[in-house]
Amino acid sequence: MIGIIDYGAGNIRSVENALKRLGAGYVLASDIETLSGCDRLLLPGVGEARWAMDRLREKGLADFIRGTSKPLLGICLGMQLLCSWSEEGDVDCLGIMENKVRHFRSVTPENVRLKIPHVGWNSISSLKTDLFRDVPDGAYMYFVHSYCADIGPDTIAVTEYGTRFSSALRKGNFMGCQFHPEKSGDMGERILAAFLRTGF
Amino acid sequence: MLTKRIIPCLDIKDGQTVKGINFISLKSVGDPVELARAYSDQGADELVFLDISATVEGRKTFTGLVERIALNINIPFTVGGGISSVEDAAVLLRAGADKISVNSSAVRNPDIISGIASRFGSQCVVVAIDAREVDGIWRVTTHGGSRFSDKELYSWARQAESLGAGEILFTSMDHDGTKNGYACEVYRRLSGILDIPVIASGGAGTAGHICDVLSDDGGRADAALAASVFHYGEILIPALKRELAEHGIPVRL
Repeated sequence: MIGIIDYGAGNIRSVENALKRLGAGYVLASDIETLSGCDRLLLPGVGEARWAMDRLREKGLADFIRGTSKPLLGICLGMQLLCSWSEEGDVDCLGIMENKVRHFRSVTPENVRLKIPHVGWNSISSLKTDLFRDVPDGAYMYFVHSYCADIGPDTIAVTEYGTRFSSALRKGNFMGCQFHPEKSGDMGERILAAFLRTGF
Repeated sequence: MLTKRIIPCLDIKDGQTVKGINFISLKSVGDPVELARAYSDQGADELVFLDISATVEGRKTFTGLVERIALNINIPFTVGGGISSVEDAAVLLRAGADKISVNSSAVRNPDIISGIASRFGSQCVVVAIDAREVDGIWRVTTHGGSRFSDKELYSWARQAESLGAGEILFTSMDHDGTKNGYACEVYRRLSGILDIPVIASGGAGTAGHICDVLSDDGGRADAALAASVFHYGEILIPALKRELAEHGIPVRL
């Protein structure tokens, strides 16, 4: 059973639909008891980092997530929340990875003109770990975001948009992807399937 | 590298696709879900579903269809047509649409843009603008190009951006249906004044036209939308993408 951590952040319908297509059983939950009974955890997220961290702390979920040994996949904002800090609301995040999250404008030279948000299909490369075992280097994924995580030891995929940033992270049982695998066609579903099947 | 997007647009009436489709053999030509899947398999980067139902019943059917599309399609899709309130948008987003597009209703009531953006985020608000050139001025039209509004294209596009639009979808009503190419100079200017993506629509007849509107030397649009050229198989998406790539335009292959 997959536990989708429901802390009120945005539209999780597309994540649910992807799990249905993959035939995976899931439960939406915000209580620790239910989530503790799940084999794997998904941390979705569309919204603002400070708001999301406040919700996670309010519900006691921040400590629960830090302490879990289950495979956990953060998607989009959910990945950013695994990092140490976000410029969005100047907020300390879960601190599972050391990466810092900044606005694209803060990390690209002023003379580089970027449309924000970074929206559309972009390639992921320098792929590491078996999360990507069925995906070729350079595969295209669907992104929608204005903030990005810097590159560090836990970076397992890199994407370029004005700057090079972490499009996926992994530290032990914790994984995150900045793109939306649930909206990234068959390639994205392969990543979700790998997360669901692999013994991490 | 961020790629340029190719977006087929499907007109939906009472839950069924309207225009004739003959680019691929489908079990049910009228079923939008099957058509959407075929486009997705061909390499479409996003899809747009435009509800042209005129009745309340038709609208309800559309919401049910959006749920089926969301369950069955694994690429992003936008829905539009007749969305006149934040609540209309909320129903479709909750049904699983990734983005909603507003057109005439935003011209009438620009606050709908900020209303949807503040509740669901700018990333899900596409502001569609139809315009015609009259005496050198691009005047915004509503109701499928049949009525002129008091707005001018470039100032309206900037206003929409400042209100929270995530993307601008501009259709030149002078070019739409002509198959003579897009209004490239207009897209180029829009792309220059806006910090959000611009989607080109109206005028595609050949792959070369799409190449022109997306290229740095041409319209500099971020995405190209078309309907009949895809539906009738006049342009096939795999061949189109190969041609774009040959011209140095980044596409997802």
